Amino acid sequence: MSSQGYSFLFVGLSFALYIGIAFWSRVASTREFYVAGGGVHPIVNGMATAADWMSAASFLSVAGLIAFAGRDGSVYIIGWTGGFVLLALLLAPYLRKFGRFTVPEFIGDRYYSNAARVVAVICLLFISFTYIAGQMRGVGIVFSRFLEVDIDTGVVVGMAIVFVYAVMGGMKGITYTQVAQYCVLIFAFLVPAVFLSIMWTDNPIPQLGFGSRLNDGSGLTVLQKLDQVTVELGFSAYTQSHRSVIDSVAIVAALMIGTAGLPHVIVRFFTVPRVSDARRSAGYALAFICVMYTTIPAVAVFARLNLSESVNEAAYATAPAWVKNWENTGLIAWQDKNDDGIIQYRAGAPFAPAKPEFTEARGRHGERLLGNAPGANANELYVDPDIMVMANPEIAGLPGWVIGLIAAGAVAAALSTAAGLLLVISSSVSHDLLKRTFAPSISDRAELRCARLAAVAAILVAGWFGINPPAFVAQTVAFAFGMAAATLFPAIVLGIFSKRVNQPGAVTGMLAGLAFTLGYIVYFNFVAPELNQSEHWLLGISPTGIGALGALLNTAVAIAISRVTAPPPIAVQEMVDDIRIPSGAGIAHHH
Amino acid sequence: MAEGDRQAAQTDSVYRHEVAENLPAHSHHDAEVFVEARLTRYWRANLRVLTTLLGVWAFVAFGCGIVLGDWLDQFHIGGFPLGFWFTQQGAMLVFVALIAVYHLWMSRIERAHGVDDDPDRSVSPAGKPRR
Repeated sequence: MSSQGYSFLFVGLSFALYIGIAFWSRVASTREFYVAGGGVHPIVNGMATAADWMSAASFLSVAGLIAFAGRDGSVYIIGWTGGFVLLALLLAPYLRKFGRFTVPEFIGDRYYSNAARVVAVICLLFISFTYIAGQMRGVGIVFSRFLEVDIDTGVVVGMAIVFVYAVMGGMKGITYTQVAQYCVLIFAFLVPAVFLSIMWTDNPIPQLGFGSRLNDGSGLTVLQKLDQVTVELGFSAYTQSHRSVIDSVAIVAALMIGTAGLPHVIVRFFTVPRVSDARRSAGYALAFICVMYTTIPAVAVFARLNLSESVNEAAYATAPAWVKNWENTGLIAWQDKNDDGIIQYRAGAPFAPAKPEFTEARGRHGERLLGNAPGANANELYVDPDIMVMANPEIAGLPGWVIGLIAAGAVAAALSTAAGLLLVISSSVSHDLLKRTFAPSISDRAELRCARLAAVAAILVAGWFGINPPAFVAQTVAFAFGMAAATLFPAIVLGIFSKRVNQPGAVTGMLAGLAFTLGYIVYFNFVAPELNQSEHWLLGISPTGIGALGALLNTAVAIAISRVTAPPPIAVQEMVDDIRIPSGAGIAHHH
Repeated sequence: MAEGDRQAAQTDSVYRHEVAENLPAHSHHDAEVFVEARLTRYWRANLRVLTTLLGVWAFVAFGCGIVLGDWLDQFHIGGFPLGFWFTQQGAMLVFVALIAVYHLWMSRIERAHGVDDDPDRSVSPAGKPRR
């Protein structure tokens, strides 16, 4: 069977599985819809959290990002995984004890104010929708490359599947589907990694393999070889870091705090039976995530080696088929600057502007011609980092079924995250905006109907993003994490660890963090992108890391304003006392 | 945790109000003061755990991962320069271990202060076992 046939088979089988689970886990009450009835075992919840959190970007892009950034890319790994420590220690047990359905609900109740709740809902919607846009792009890439269907068709099919299990099953359907999706995506990610590791080092464990000696008898370790290759081609050595210490620290901090503030991750800890289960579940989630995240750097190293070894100095006419396949999707481009018919892969941007602009014509060797102006350096090859994971099996010459597996894994990663995000969107609209703020008299059944309607609306918006992806998808990641770090996280942590922080403090703090972070990112990405260099940055901190300062600002403002205004009411202080104690948690309940 | 503390905790959990309610009025008051003091001790112990573990967390993530990274590279673990290994493997292993230690440590402290949520041992405010 062809690799396309396998892709259809695996993606089709996994879809059938998700829909089967959806029918099995239909729900009838808001409690089941929002928090899966609150009775999910910590291991199951940990696995679902892992799938929820590992997005299309984790599956497709992070390995490629690290393959090209080398050691500088490590900040993403440390930042995203380290955030779970904050989540487990500072948020999960207390929010579970609080025992309601959503993140804005905690902020609204703790700061006894609909204004605080609405601000939290706005932050949540902004974070979730920017995040969903990235997921839909991931689905589009996979469908267009592996199934060779139109991106639009691919997105519509993906959305239809999510629609079935998210709208019917709510959190319960999503949780059990995510468990299946975790299994699919982790298997799909590990199989090629194991093959690659054996190919280069004979060591079947990728985490050890990329620190072993090569099996070519040269006596070099994989990393020594890669350093050598990258330096030879004019790049800086792979294992050396180049980012300034302050910027690295800020980015790691922003990603950590942002991870801990992501509403679709936090809400997962409302679904376990007990407070101690929330802690345990966070631990399982991180362990399941690390199975993939410790493999990613290994895949990055092997992918970079493969790319340099198989493409550089190869004649285009006899280049491997994957080069041409990916060139046809526009994610690889070759500009024969010295007109020798041979691909030279070197450091530096091959042409300007950075993204290839294909003309309709073909060149002498059959390559797609470009309208871009050639750069002054010798590099002739453009490779989009996003393809590294998907192209790996082809580059390594793995069998067709491995490629089909990757397709199913990437779709699973995108759908699980999209579904989790859709759920927090729909529950914050139906529960926080309607039930808790604007229409308190609404019945349980009507609320459930609204939740489903909101999910449908959110799916349509997400699908629209997928078909018309915003040009700035890369920057939206910085948005989502920066916003989560600067708004929700400080408000929640202060709400638990301080009894003195009050409504005016928290609301102004969130707004200050939001305005500062959003302003900084928008300024450097859209208003004055030409100034987006370290000498113009505040304290040398890039827009990706600015969420860390936003979080500090939020905290400082919240504490300062609370000092000069009246303390929170006694009832709220008692509520804080209560959530600090694990016993007597009961199940998540209605107000 | 003192052994006396632990025993006191086992006979009197915060939510076992029925124990206190069956006592004469003055003991009721004493019991409340006693419970409050115990909760304060529990919260202090909790904060100590958090400070310790977050200290390790920050040292590994920011120290070994970034600030000391280049210095650590002079050592090797297998074929990895140590600083590089920390940023791409080691830090994650420490993070998982930290959450595991946190869970076990907190479970002990909660049992000792009688605020744990074990359904077999603790009792709901209504006086019935919770499950």
